[in-house]
Amino acid sequence: MKDHAALSEEFNIDEPRVNWHDETLWFIRQKRDRMAHGIPEWEWLRETASQIKNNVLSNLSAYLEQFEINALANGITVHWAADAKEHNEIIHSILKKHQVERMVKSKSMLTEECHLNDYLTENGIEVIDSDLGERIVQLGKEHPSHIVLPCIHKKKEEIGELFHKYLGTAEGESDPQVLTEAARQHLRDTFLTRRVALTGVNFAVAETGEFVVCTNEGNADMGVHLSEVHIASMGIEKIIPERKHLGVFLRLLTRSATGQPITTYSSHFKSPRPGQEMHIVLVDNGRSRQLGREDFRNSLKCIRCGSCMNTCPVYRRSGGHSYHSVISGPIGSILAPNLDMKEFADLPFASTLCGSCSNVCPVKIDIHDQLYKWRQVLVKEGYVSNVKSVSIKTMTWVLSFPALFAFAGKSGRWVMKTLPFLVNNKLNPWYKSREMPVPPKESFREWYAKNRGSK
Amino acid sequence: MTVGLFIPCYVDQFYPQAGIATLQLLEKLGVDVVYPSRQTCCGQPMANSGFSHLTQECDDLITENFAGFDYVVVPSGSCALHIKDHLHSEKHPDDAKILRTRVYELVEFMTDILKVKDLKARFPHKVGVHQSCHGLRGLHLSQMSELVAPPFSKPEQLLNMVEGIELISLNRVDECCGFGGTFCVAEEAVSSKMGKDRVADHIHNGAEYITGADLSCLMHMEGILRRQKSNVKVMHIAEILNSL
Repeated sequence: MKDHAALSEEFNIDEPRVNWHDETLWFIRQKRDRMAHGIPEWEWLRETASQIKNNVLSNLSAYLEQFEINALANGITVHWAADAKEHNEIIHSILKKHQVERMVKSKSMLTEECHLNDYLTENGIEVIDSDLGERIVQLGKEHPSHIVLPCIHKKKEEIGELFHKYLGTAEGESDPQVLTEAARQHLRDTFLTRRVALTGVNFAVAETGEFVVCTNEGNADMGVHLSEVHIASMGIEKIIPERKHLGVFLRLLTRSATGQPITTYSSHFKSPRPGQEMHIVLVDNGRSRQLGREDFRNSLKCIRCGSCMNTCPVYRRSGGHSYHSVISGPIGSILAPNLDMKEFADLPFASTLCGSCSNVCPVKIDIHDQLYKWRQVLVKEGYVSNVKSVSIKTMTWVLSFPALFAFAGKSGRWVMKTLPFLVNNKLNPWYKSREMPVPPKESFREWYAKNRGSK
Repeated sequence: MTVGLFIPCYVDQFYPQAGIATLQLLEKLGVDVVYPSRQTCCGQPMANSGFSHLTQECDDLITENFAGFDYVVVPSGSCALHIKDHLHSEKHPDDAKILRTRVYELVEFMTDILKVKDLKARFPHKVGVHQSCHGLRGLHLSQMSELVAPPFSKPEQLLNMVEGIELISLNRVDECCGFGGTFCVAEEAVSSKMGKDRVADHIHNGAEYITGADLSCLMHMEGILRRQKSNVKVMHIAEILNSL
């Protein structure tokens, strides 16, 4: 399987497209900046959100139990899923009980994480994603490249081609308004005919047993209000203690995500309407394990705004799919190794550790420090020797520096262990698009000895 | 006040002029500077590649060479930050602990410790300032563009004391140049693209020189500028502050 470096190299073959992708996401970063600067207490909000989430993580089981009691009292059926498999089986059992073979889904990264669509399709159930971006990647048989902007990697002309093929729009049609209208008509039919609707969860309130779903398109509401059964899938870290805390998180979420003051819809679901069934599935899938990793636990504070992706200079120039993980970008790179260290050993290295991600993060996750820490863990656990891009290339380059070589030669192990052959400059990837610095007549050391004497 | 001068390994080998400028600048400001000759590398290339458990020899050498100085000054934000954040010595744990609090990058040493108010320097050129990520977000040499907080810039504060200099503004004030230590080879495609984009921003806004407090970033951008046969040059901030 190709690693991040190899996939990024492919992405960079088309430089104008890289420029377009970079500019598109930078535009969103700028919108985020303007919104943040409009709130004088922005940094206080981030700190408050961070502390609320720290409290949640320290008392996670208690808040979840409190939520369950209140949700049950509200008439919601509560399910617990230890992993993706259990989650998918629970959803399937609900669909079977109602003898339903078609379901409408609004955006949920958790169901992507659990590969629910594939599972249900294999079991003969058709799933239609109703979020426009998700529907586009679904039609293109792709996965989201961004957690908030699933089809940000696609140009409107490419979306036009997909819609021409699947939704019958005119050939060559790429006007966003026309395409959106075609999607609306197509989805309207879906909403009217599906008996079961699945949504994600942005926040679940322990105090009240309600949950909140944030969308811009209203598609979650359309699906849910017309359905007989509402299923909500939720990662256990989405819990917040009290309803008033939404006053912090809702102010941060969309300003960080897309540079809007708030999502168009922040829908609260508390109890099923008469005749409706409401289910919530609380999913662990590795979250408890991450909670137990002291250095990485606060990655669970994430509210999935995607701002770390928009600001990441690597993400903008490598595209979401280069991360070969459901959640891409900096946050994906610290979450993925928890799920599979071997498969995702390359991701913590897909960063310059510039730190911009940690600065935009609305809940103050120390993302770049965790990237550094994951590198240490992955090396110690022996997963990095297989990541060619990291080991051999790095060695070759380090050896091209005489001073480092002198040191490394003395210290020995690090270099000698990994490098069985002598340095060959043609193998050094630096030269592909950069000149090496010109060695001067004398080093600083030599100059100093000559001009200042040895002190 | 006696200052130990730490010259990063690649500066020693490839950019001695930046080391010389740092030394002369500090001497002009009345500081007694010593360069301990047995110093090597801060260990960052290894640590950032995940091999921090193999940097003990580096850490011991730094501790032995620099214990006892009032301050340690490094003309590199990245190396200074690495020592501040990660220096540990099993042989000399207490010395290492103290040392971590005495390490300063050159610019912050000049603005925060020496409190330099004026300089006799002249550099009549258009200059773009590159904010290195470790200097910016690690050492807070300038305000970070992501935060809602009052702006400041220690490098610009010093550069504005230089006669004739014209600091240009950039479209993206503090984007990473893509060097990233071993990232520059492990992720060659993205790294090069980031470097090209950063250099283009400076060129587009009329820079004759790109300067900064980190030669690793400047080395990266120089590699790209020279490959493009550009006339734009890179120069460490110490050389500009020391120029007459």
